Amino acid sequence: MTYRESSGRYLGVVVGGSMTRGVDVRLSPDCPVEEMALGQHVVIQGQSRRFYGVITDIALEWSDDSIRANPPDTSNPLIAGVVATSAAYAMLRVLPMLAIEGEFAMLDGPAPARTVPPHFAPVRLASEEDVQVVFGAEDSRHFWVGNPLDMETRVCLDLEEFVTRSNGVFGKSGTGKSFLTRILLAGILQKSAAVNLVFDMESEYGWMGTSEGTGMVKGIKQLFPSRVGVFSLDEDHSRRRGVSPDYLLRVGYNQIEPGDIDLLRENLGLSEVAADAAYSLARHYGQERWVRSFLDVSGPEMRELAADLNVNERALSTLHNRLSRFRRYDFMTERESDESVEEILRYLDRGIHVVLEFGRHRHDLSAYMLVANLLTRRIHERYVRRKEEAMGDASREPRPLVITIEEAHRFLSREVASQTTFGNIAREMRKYNVTLLVVDQRPSGIDEEVMSQLGTKLVCLLDNERDVDAVTAGTYGARELRSVLSRLDSKQQSLVFGHSVPIPVVLRVRDYGTAESYRELGFLEASEMRRQMERDADDLFGGRD
Amino acid sequence: MALGGDARVGEVVESSSTGFVSQSYRLYGAPHLGALVRTGGPCPAYGVVHEVATRGIDPSRRPTARGEGEASEEDVYRSNPQLEHLLRTDFRAVIVGHASEGGTLYHLPPSPPPIYAFVHVCVADELSAFSASTDCLRLLAGSGIAALEEVVAAFLRHAVAAQPDPQAFLAGAGRQLAALIPGDFRTVESILLRAAP
Ligand SMILES: Nc1ncnc2c1ncn2[C@@H]1O[C@H](COP(=O)(O)OP(=O)(O)OP(=O)(O)O)[C@@H](O)[C@H]1O
Ligand SMILES: [Mg+2]
Repeated sequence: MTYRESSGRYLGVVVGGSMTRGVDVRLSPDCPVEEMALGQHVVIQGQSRRFYGVITDIALEWSDDSIRANPPDTSNPLIAGVVATSAAYAMLRVLPMLAIEGEFAMLDGPAPARTVPPHFAPVRLASEEDVQVVFGAEDSRHFWVGNPLDMETRVCLDLEEFVTRSNGVFGKSGTGKSFLTRILLAGILQKSAAVNLVFDMESEYGWMGTSEGTGMVKGIKQLFPSRVGVFSLDEDHSRRRGVSPDYLLRVGYNQIEPGDIDLLRENLGLSEVAADAAYSLARHYGQERWVRSFLDVSGPEMRELAADLNVNERALSTLHNRLSRFRRYDFMTERESDESVEEILRYLDRGIHVVLEFGRHRHDLSAYMLVANLLTRRIHERYVRRKEEAMGDASREPRPLVITIEEAHRFLSREVASQTTFGNIAREMRKYNVTLLVVDQRPSGIDEEVMSQLGTKLVCLLDNERDVDAVTAGTYGARELRSVLSRLDSKQQSLVFGHSVPIPVVLRVRDYGTAESYRELGFLEASEMRRQMERDADDLFGGRD
Repeated sequence: MALGGDARVGEVVESSSTGFVSQSYRLYGAPHLGALVRTGGPCPAYGVVHEVATRGIDPSRRPTARGEGEASEEDVYRSNPQLEHLLRTDFRAVIVGHASEGGTLYHLPPSPPPIYAFVHVCVADELSAFSASTDCLRLLAGSGIAALEEVVAAFLRHAVAAQPDPQAFLAGAGRQLAALIPGDFRTVESILLRAAP
């Protein structure tokens, strides 16, 4: 298939500009400036190639200074019409990002633009076909995430590419992060690009989630019942919602390591000295027993212990006090074998995605972080070992795993990112087939190095300057992206940029929550499922007559 | 003093590459300001009338007043029939294009119209054909004649009457003028306001 001339709306011609600033496009008088939008995609037809770029600024210009002081009488339609098409006009700033060369562009795809189009090259809005050439059509690895503003075209993410790096979903509260994340999880499932392990703090991904509009929406377990396992820390909670979890997860005191306490330091309000004492305790009692034994210490024994360990007694009592809170967690037991970790791994190995619901512990960040960190550490260790054992034999390698965490800045802050498993995973990329999907409303709290390692960022509206800086830092066209970012709609719109899209794109995120949307994702209603089974049976046994 | 049809109105009496002066056949019989005229000759030139003057035939003598005893201005001329021969009306036109075998060209003719070339007023079809392209404004707007705004507005008033779609014509002309008179939209605006029917 050859790539024809673009059929998008004609906008005007290039009249100047530069590679670094972007090119200036004189908007044609037939194109109302009101219908232009920041972030829209355009194509510029050069002599031998087509440039693909983004509108990064829209300006009102004039060729006659006097009309600024003395605006013409625009109540007269003749004068209004003439001035709008001559002395007063609009300019677009377009950042050329990609060059598409030759008529086989459909096959070759785009390459980064290294120059600008010539003077007076015609500029058009990108057509559906242009968008498809750039983003790829929906297929076994390209997953539809949304539509460009004012367009019906489907923009796809290359999910196989996506899961090879850690990625981020950002946006302030209520902008659609959870919905977008659920869509991505469903996509990874639908395309079998990886297996997911979701630390589902709010219990909104597994069985069902809430929506401000329609009340309830289906979680991925409902969409793909046989391919998702729901693990729960809180059986009552699950039962109350009419869900029976596939597995009830328990955590043993023996599984808590001093590193977990380090991660929770800020949360628990511990001084560095107190957190360090955990390491001394682990040395003193041994890893398997230190929490349990320490919790049993009381009264005067504390002073002795402090002296033995050579740590400050006050610090030690604070630590004791904070760790005692763990007693309230009914998912904690004296001892747990690594059975629950093994169970998760068994699910994952069979290609079954795991969602861990926290139930009533969802308001307890310490519980969330403790469990997520502890499980991830163990699972990551297993992955590292198995990957090394496979010694490059792809068939023996563990399946690519994507771990989803919310409130990611707590795990990946500057202070802790260098020590936590999450920090390691973010930095080592796909080396061990494990990557993260971080979901956060305060990306400025995440370590810069981790941010810079994120492959693809899907960013909903952010209005805090520092958060905007944090997500755009180090990206080509950061300044332009910033202005696009702060103008997103407050819901269901996202700027997507990075590794798995060839060019930053503002999307209206695809709808989630309607029957139609479930069907698009591969969900079969019970009746359809029956019909499907009958069809399958017919295929197998020959049709009935 | 209305002019009828494709009237011959005078002859060229002074000529240069950019404009010509014609003497009107009849006293006060010159075309109106802004009218489109065409000369005869091997290379017919189109001009826009930008100045009309009436004076005595002897430039060294000024006419003397004669109407003190008359009831009206017309009576002055009736009582002095010789005046028709002692006074003359001349009009100046700026060249805005020329006719060639291939059609109308909106640039200067290779040679100016000869002395005694006949001068016709263009109306109806000829006027509408000539002004069909807004290029017809190019030489006029760049001519540097006195009272440019007035002349352009008057020309457009004539032309717009001959056009099938006056609004579109004026809008097109306005855009062209904005390009021809850059940085001065006020002038364009005032021309358009005066040209609108
Ligand atoms: N893709 C979508 N399809 C349908 N509705 C959506 C979509 N995205 C967002 N919404 C609407 O916006 C609301 C807020 O979205 P969501 O709960 O995902 O926000 P959030 O960013 O996760 O907020 P919080 O920070 O509070 O967790 C949803 O309840 C839903 O009504
Ligand atoms: Mg959310």
